[in-house]
Amino acid sequence: MTKFNAWNVIKNGLNGQSYWTRQWRDPEPKSSYDVVIIGGGLHGLATAYYLAKNHNIKNVAVLEKGWIGGGNTGRNTTIVRSNYMMPGNHEFYEHSLKLWENLSHELNYNVMFSQRAHVSLFHSPGAKDSVSRIYNIMRLHGTDAELWDLKTLKKKIPHLNYHNSRFPILGAAVQKRAGNARHDAVAWGYARAADTLGVDILQNCEVTGFTRKNGNIESIQTSRGIIKGKKIGFAVAGNTSVLWQMAELGNLPIESHKLQAFVSEAVKPLLDQVVVYGVGGAHFYISQSDKGSMVFGGDLDWYKSYAQRGNLPMVQDVAEAAMAIFPTLGRIRLLRHWAGIMDMTMDGSFFICKTPISNLYLNAGWNYGGFKASPASGWYFADLIANESPHNYVQNHNLERFEKGINIDERGAGPDPKLHG
Amino acid sequence: MIRINCPYCGERDHSEFSYGGDATINYPSLDASEKEWTEAIFFRKNIKGFQFETWHHSNGCRMWLVVERSTVTHEIKSVKPCHPDLQKVVENNK
Repeated sequence: MTKFNAWNVIKNGLNGQSYWTRQWRDPEPKSSYDVVIIGGGLHGLATAYYLAKNHNIKNVAVLEKGWIGGGNTGRNTTIVRSNYMMPGNHEFYEHSLKLWENLSHELNYNVMFSQRAHVSLFHSPGAKDSVSRIYNIMRLHGTDAELWDLKTLKKKIPHLNYHNSRFPILGAAVQKRAGNARHDAVAWGYARAADTLGVDILQNCEVTGFTRKNGNIESIQTSRGIIKGKKIGFAVAGNTSVLWQMAELGNLPIESHKLQAFVSEAVKPLLDQVVVYGVGGAHFYISQSDKGSMVFGGDLDWYKSYAQRGNLPMVQDVAEAAMAIFPTLGRIRLLRHWAGIMDMTMDGSFFICKTPISNLYLNAGWNYGGFKASPASGWYFADLIANESPHNYVQNHNLERFEKGINIDERGAGPDPKLHG
Repeated sequence: MIRINCPYCGERDHSEFSYGGDATINYPSLDASEKEWTEAIFFRKNIKGFQFETWHHSNGCRMWLVVERSTVTHEIKSVKPCHPDLQKVVENNK
């Protein structure tokens, strides 16, 4: 793998770009590995990278049924933030944000992480009080957070609709270190860095069954043959329940729902921040990509589904929300919209935990928050697999928390997965 | 758009309805163990394929319905009222 640096850029510039090597190998599966991670999305790839980097476990395979970056990795709105308040969550997401800040250097790959600020609008004194509480909790834990009054907001984002009489904009809760990144680059960067450390990335390798021995999973049947793993990790958010039942483990506190995202035609620079508009019955977030497209999304489709395509009522809802807050977008044309399948959990928080099978580990339940979480998710999942006990930050992110009554419910929405958006 | 054939109102867009959830949950008796209650409240089969699920015709007759729908293709096989007595009424009026 050729490193990206000024010398190699100049050398290849003079040689017709002919000395670059493959970004990662395309190996044949070995018959056995120390760790097999199922799922070649951002979380699986990051886990493999940190297993090799932090724990020196390099005999690792990542199994991906399609291709790297072809699942939810390529189906999100790429927002990175750490505005969480529950114990465990805020430390975890803050660590993730810190990993993002150094990720391009860490991976020798430009993930185009842009700390352009995450601006969450509020529209009533009650909403201001509520968000102030959350953002004060963040400040107490050392995360950056601030409130912008209307004057500051108008100066920073002049073209919001400040004349909406139903939901007047009163100000915004802002996290300046938040922003977004290029999703493909993150997948490719982790894949390339993990591959360099010896990890086998096996694409078009779908898991079709498990063979159990003495209570453990001894081997995995895949579309590319039987692969043995001393330890096995699931990182297949969206399809976790399917694999879980394939391993005959019963039910999970997860429902699969689809979330749509939208991309418009490219326009000149219009929006420098990530803007979130959330009032009763509407939810809308928008940013502008480096190509100039407006990237935005809204609520779930509100019914359980494994179909990776969005339904039209939500397209209308999102368009209405866009017009309510950003009327200047009225004539912009939509290029694409799509849906990703997410694990919506019973309390809106994730799982990085052991399972009833002693050599199986679970990484699942990312709800709306999988993209920003991926570096820390890989970090702590690798830590769990290597050390066989959870780090303090994720000690309650397990399947037992519901029975114990220690749910990690940021929204206080209760056990209805679709409400944890 | 999914079209749901409400037994009372006829076939309507799914945007008139609110999705409930898994229609096959059996709640245990009040003195059942915490484990049984945890399983009923928090754990789901999350079927990929045909499942029985509840929908509320919230912008129509406000009846709760049991719908057999594929979570992959969104094809609907059957729609019935949740309440067994209403099911009988619908059957008798056919």
